[in-house]
Amino acid sequence: MIMAILLPLIAAFFVPLLAKLKNRIHTGIFVLLIPAVIFIYFAQNIGTKFRILDEHTNWIPSLGVNFDFHLDGLSLLFALLISGIGALVVLYSIFYLNRSERLGHFYVYLLLFMTAMLGVVLSDNVFVLYTFWELTSISSFLLIGYWHHREKSRYGALKSMLITVFGGLSMFGGLILMSVIAGTTSIQGMIAKADIILDSQYLPLILGFMLIGAFTKSAQFPFHIWLPDAMEAPTPVSSYLHSATMVKAGIYLVARFFPIFSQYEWFVIIVSLVGILTLCWGSYMAVRQTDLKAILAFSTISQLGMIMAMLGFGTKLAVFAAVFHILNHATFKGSLFMVAGAIDHETGTRDIRKLGGLMAFMPYTAALALFGTFSMAGIPLPFLNGFYSKELFFESTLKLNQSTSGFAGTLLDLMPYLAVAGSIFTFAYSMYLFFGVFFGKYKAAELPKKPHEAPIGMLLSPFVLVLGIILIGVFPNSAVQGLISHAATAISGTDILIDVHFWHGFTTPLIMSLIVVAVGSIIILSRPYWKGIYNVFPGKLSFNRVYDWIVKSVSAYSSKVTNVYMTGSIKNYMLLILGAMLIGTFGTLYATGGIHLSMKDMAPITVIELSIVIIMVIASLATTFANNNLAAILILGVVGFGTAMLFIIYRAPDLALTQLVIETITVALFLLTFYHLPKLRKRDDSSRVKLVNLIISIGFGALLSIIGIMSLNSVSFEKISGYFVKTAHSIGGGNNIVNVILVDMRGFDTLFEIAVLGIAALAIFGLIQFNKDKGAR
Amino acid sequence: MEFIICILAGILFATGIYNILQKQMLRIIIGTGLISHGAHLFILTMGKLKQGKPPILTEGITDYTDPLPQALILTSIVISFGITSLILVLAYRTAQKNDTDNMEELRGTENE
Repeated sequence: MIMAILLPLIAAFFVPLLAKLKNRIHTGIFVLLIPAVIFIYFAQNIGTKFRILDEHTNWIPSLGVNFDFHLDGLSLLFALLISGIGALVVLYSIFYLNRSERLGHFYVYLLLFMTAMLGVVLSDNVFVLYTFWELTSISSFLLIGYWHHREKSRYGALKSMLITVFGGLSMFGGLILMSVIAGTTSIQGMIAKADIILDSQYLPLILGFMLIGAFTKSAQFPFHIWLPDAMEAPTPVSSYLHSATMVKAGIYLVARFFPIFSQYEWFVIIVSLVGILTLCWGSYMAVRQTDLKAILAFSTISQLGMIMAMLGFGTKLAVFAAVFHILNHATFKGSLFMVAGAIDHETGTRDIRKLGGLMAFMPYTAALALFGTFSMAGIPLPFLNGFYSKELFFESTLKLNQSTSGFAGTLLDLMPYLAVAGSIFTFAYSMYLFFGVFFGKYKAAELPKKPHEAPIGMLLSPFVLVLGIILIGVFPNSAVQGLISHAATAISGTDILIDVHFWHGFTTPLIMSLIVVAVGSIIILSRPYWKGIYNVFPGKLSFNRVYDWIVKSVSAYSSKVTNVYMTGSIKNYMLLILGAMLIGTFGTLYATGGIHLSMKDMAPITVIELSIVIIMVIASLATTFANNNLAAILILGVVGFGTAMLFIIYRAPDLALTQLVIETITVALFLLTFYHLPKLRKRDDSSRVKLVNLIISIGFGALLSIIGIMSLNSVSFEKISGYFVKTAHSIGGGNNIVNVILVDMRGFDTLFEIAVLGIAALAIFGLIQFNKDKGAR
Repeated sequence: MEFIICILAGILFATGIYNILQKQMLRIIIGTGLISHGAHLFILTMGKLKQGKPPILTEGITDYTDPLPQALILTSIVISFGITSLILVLAYRTAQKNDTDNMEELRGTENE
């Protein structure tokens, strides 16, 4: 299983090489193989004899982060969608994307997404799940921004990433809380310990975190605003990521953790309320749009809301209908996006106001769109899969838990009405889409190109999906038994097998469907008369404005803050860094009660040492007062030679020798360059600046002294020097221990030290040469 | 005595930092020199002062002063020499090219 997940990622490494051949062979032809192979691999599991598969590969076992994969019905359904729709989308893109585009980039991003999405739906480890989850956000960002020369693409890409990554981070918080409470990083392990999580006092927080993750990813109200802007992506991407797979990751998440949360009342209330609200809002807004892809985007939002609502209801029937609709939505919406892409490709516009009467020019495309839109609308016909899940949805709203009273009870009683209202608009935009494009008046003057039928290759993928619509519509039970019931079982934990029939008699759901068709027809026919209402509601109200305001103010505020401290003055940076270190260290010392000074076991003080120290102190203080180059350099030399003297007294002959030599060279070097350096001037700082400098430097000196004195008497472990003394002769073969340490024991350190000197020498040489070149010119 | 050397190291640090916070490049270089001296003395006191003989193996002596800080300081002296010489040349070149050695005048904020 891990190979199936990593296959697209591995293949992505070879795509740039293959993309070099794109003028002879379209890169997509190679890429097509990968999802096809993965689809065949997973398709073997379809059937009534399905068994759950587990696979473990260690990654970071000490942290409980491992590549643990769990293939149950739910994962299988998603894996099949990812690889199946993936294969169709790659096939479609071969005809959609011109060879002059950057094909290598496109397919690398697409394959990256495939790995990420497969990882999301198959991971059993929450942290691996999170990693893959963020990877889908990143690959979605790259794909939306594929045509990065367009300003709107960049805007859409950034927006989708900010919103989904915000949600992802929130979900990460929820996952961490759950893994700490349940003491396991495995999702199945958490489900087994669901009662511990449900009893936890952090339950509301966990639920909130997880749901924000799911709602942002699945474009639920009010986080739906990124999805319409994501339509700037190439159409194959919209069809793949933004309708069939990635946007369903949030639904997957809710479904995956359903066994834990379904007992919790607030889960039912929030998820069903947000879902039904998204359903109504998305379908209401879809009727307003004029861009074909925008209609489809809002339609996706609304359909996702419907699935989310059904998961919220949580009854057996609702869960079953939700899973069924995930499959059905992927088929009809995938095909519709591809059809919209074909229309765009052949007419040069996606504006529904300019389109019309295309039936005569694109009959095959129209036929495919007919199935897609009618299935989406839920029209009661025995060969449209959309009707079945729509009817199950109605039925589930009617059979909600009747025992719940209070707010939740009222809410659940309202559901059938809201469901019908949302579905009326769903019907309306479906019809608007189909009849608006293919019927009505043909406006030749407004089209950039003369329309003609799309190439057969572009119709192949939507045709396969339409075939899926019809096959599921005609034989619903074979899909149900082989796939859907396993997925529903995986979500709810109990066996769910519901017999799906077309004809139930005149039941309430059927009457609801008929109301939808009747009222929806009236609404769409009278659209020109009432569409002014959009100017009143929502009018200018939009969450886009909230998003824009947040992004703009965060950016403005942070640049304001940054400008305060990024002044370009190195001195100020030094002050800030040193000040922060000072406050941090002193604060910690004080807070932990770490300051204690004692003076046991110290070397005696002698007059010679003391006088050297006093000379050094005077010299170092004098450097701050010196206003003459030569004087300052010589005073620095006094400090250096004083240090050498101390080394002699403290029994460090090698140090003293080195220090003497180096100090001599340094002073000589200073004297060589000082002629070229500008004269030292008197300081012209204000007394306030001087005071700050003084406080920082004295504070730092004091800190160092205190730390030094404190550490004199704190011995936490035995010194390692004994080892060097003992082995200097036997291992290093020398009597001078310091030399042996430098040359033998820490030979590499010395080698790198020489390298540093060499680099410094090269840099100095370069600086001087640079000067000469300038003079020559 | 360790106590006094620690205070000396602190004073070298304080004066070094005070020099670094000035505007003229020569003062900054002098400041780094002072700081490296302070750091060397600081490391030296960590190994206790004047306990045992110099770390050169001699017959009949078992008690040596700690050789490890000395090895570290030896490396550090050489490295700080490299740094001092590099920034000296850098300062000289910068001052020559820009006709100023004032750090406040050398800051580049216009391209932010």
